[in-house]
Amino acid sequence: MDKSEKIAFILSGMLLVLFFGGIMYAAVFEDIDVPTCITNMEPFESDTLFQTGPDSYELQLLARMWAFQPSEVRLPVGSTVDLYVTSQDIIHGFKIEGKNVNLMAVPGAINYMRVTFDEPGEYFFACHEFCGAAHHTMAGRIIIESEMTEGP
Amino acid sequence: MVLLFVGVYGGLMQTMFRAGIIQSDPFVGGDYYKGLTFHGVLNAIVFTTFFAVALGNALIPYSLRKHLNSKIAWTSAIMMLVGSVMAAAVILLGEATVLYTFYPPLKAHPLFYVGLTLLVVGSWLASYNWVPMYLQWRKENVGKKTPLAVVGMMTTFIIWFIATIAVAAEILFMLLPWSMGLVDEVNVMLARTLFWFFGHPLVYFWLLPAYVMYYSFLPKIAGGKLYSDMAGRLVFMMFIVFSIPVGTHHQYMDPAIGAEWKLLHGIFTFGVALPSLITAFTLAASLEYAGKMRGGKGLFGWMRKLPYFEKEKWFFAYLILGLFIFIFGGIGGIINASYQMNTAVHNTAWVPGHFHLTVAGPVLLAFLGGSLYLIGQFMHKEIRCKGWALISPYVYTVGLFIMSYGLKIGGLKGMPRRTNTGASYANPDSILYQQDWIFYIDLSVIGGVLMFIGIVMYLVSFFGTVFSKSTSTEEGAVITFPISEPYHDEPATWLRNFKPYIIIAIILIVLSYTPVILDVLEATYGGSLPYSPNSPVPLR
Repeated sequence: MDKSEKIAFILSGMLLVLFFGGIMYAAVFEDIDVPTCITNMEPFESDTLFQTGPDSYELQLLARMWAFQPSEVRLPVGSTVDLYVTSQDIIHGFKIEGKNVNLMAVPGAINYMRVTFDEPGEYFFACHEFCGAAHHTMAGRIIIESEMTEGP
Repeated sequence: MVLLFVGVYGGLMQTMFRAGIIQSDPFVGGDYYKGLTFHGVLNAIVFTTFFAVALGNALIPYSLRKHLNSKIAWTSAIMMLVGSVMAAAVILLGEATVLYTFYPPLKAHPLFYVGLTLLVVGSWLASYNWVPMYLQWRKENVGKKTPLAVVGMMTTFIIWFIATIAVAAEILFMLLPWSMGLVDEVNVMLARTLFWFFGHPLVYFWLLPAYVMYYSFLPKIAGGKLYSDMAGRLVFMMFIVFSIPVGTHHQYMDPAIGAEWKLLHGIFTFGVALPSLITAFTLAASLEYAGKMRGGKGLFGWMRKLPYFEKEKWFFAYLILGLFIFIFGGIGGIINASYQMNTAVHNTAWVPGHFHLTVAGPVLLAFLGGSLYLIGQFMHKEIRCKGWALISPYVYTVGLFIMSYGLKIGGLKGMPRRTNTGASYANPDSILYQQDWIFYIDLSVIGGVLMFIGIVMYLVSFFGTVFSKSTSTEEGAVITFPISEPYHDEPATWLRNFKPYIIIAIILIVLSYTPVILDVLEATYGGSLPYSPNSPVPLR
């Protein structure tokens, strides 16, 4: 192994360590993580949205061929949502545009992510795993309102 | 014999491959998802497996100066052919619109699973031809280094063998009985996890034959030497170690797998990025040496001296363009593997944007160039329409960059993959119309058309060669491959035996997959009945 080869080897290794440092920084200090394994949640067969605190909600979202239930959610700005996602039939995918939420909806398992909406606006989501003939029509949105004008 | 085998393989793969490209156009209407399944299965699984087997059948006997057992080769070829035709037919009949990942509970016709099994078992059989050959050569040549090309091909098939065990288990014990109605339900997460145990090493099964050609052919064709023989050996051994315990990085967004195990697979993925970075250095150094031999001067002068547009060295274009594309493909791969960064790209159009820069870039170009070369050698024919063959990869590469750019940026804007956008998100009359995706969708169409033109140009040369009159008068004209000599040649005794690396790989696989499987079994409940893609009501 000649000198330049050794340097290339070491630099490559350092580059990867640097990238890994970035990942750990995001995970530890910015609290951006990937979904993990949860076992403390009862399986659910219908969608539910309820308030759990002054600014916090729990949303149980059900994906099925070919719609999300619910397909439209209205919440006030500043809401933190405990989001549980599962599928009633086959595999679907769920990604909220502009947010760090991207979850596979798999039958027989529950996926979980916590998300906070600090900006008002419309957050679009489309099913991103092939789920049959009408897959391309399976979409929904979360509307974050700057002021709640009415009750849910 | 070999001649016929390669000929059959070549003709078959080209027609199928071309059909795959035509069918993949999302704007012809019709059944987009059927076309997508066809495109994915034929291009990514059938074409690549056929080529890897053909390259092994050609290079291993050539490098070891042994004879191929033609019975085994034929049996394996027929099994693979029957299996592929079976799977393709079922897809065309619309009985297997499950995409190439065939995730349950979408169910395909049992013959689809049987066809894939035959293809895989056929490819195993081919390697049973090479293992005794390799072992015998080692016995006869104690103390000598195994030729690098053989090390590379053996590595490819060691990885393939270990990885396909998981998918064989998925198909034979879960999907096939379930599809035939012998079993009612299937654990979807477990099937998914087994699929990705296979699904990631699969990409190295695609990539490594291309690496074999880069290491053994490219420096020689460029007019130089391989900069470091030891680096090549080290790279292949690292692939054996790190290729498999990484599959969960395709499942970062999945439920029922602990985040800490996903991170572990992410770390190993960085481990498998290292051999590619070393390869980038070694090949660049080899090309610099070649450029300087050809009279290039200065820091960058050698780059201008390489034979980019020499008709006689058309093969060089396929290899160098593939390498250039892989710079971008590799970076994209590291982005995907970067744990939580995957949130931004998972299952968006970014992903096909990425893997067209890897499997449809360096792998495809190297395989096309390799096919043309093999055909020329084994059919004893002079390559026809060399100009077409030379320009084809350039046209293809330009198209590929345009298409992948469109897909990747569209993906960052939220455009999903595997979606018939023409029917909803890209249709101005639909309530789901997404104005800001249109530009990127258009770019991907322009790129796709250019890629298609590139492939047609290649086919002109390919079939021109196949159907031309043989230039060789004698039956046994000499077959040659441009095998490079090393510039630095170190003994590297610690890299000569596969055994320790296979053992390390198995240890890492057990360590990284045991907790994942346990998580999946613990956190999932109930099984899934089979579904057809056309109805939300289960099939039984």
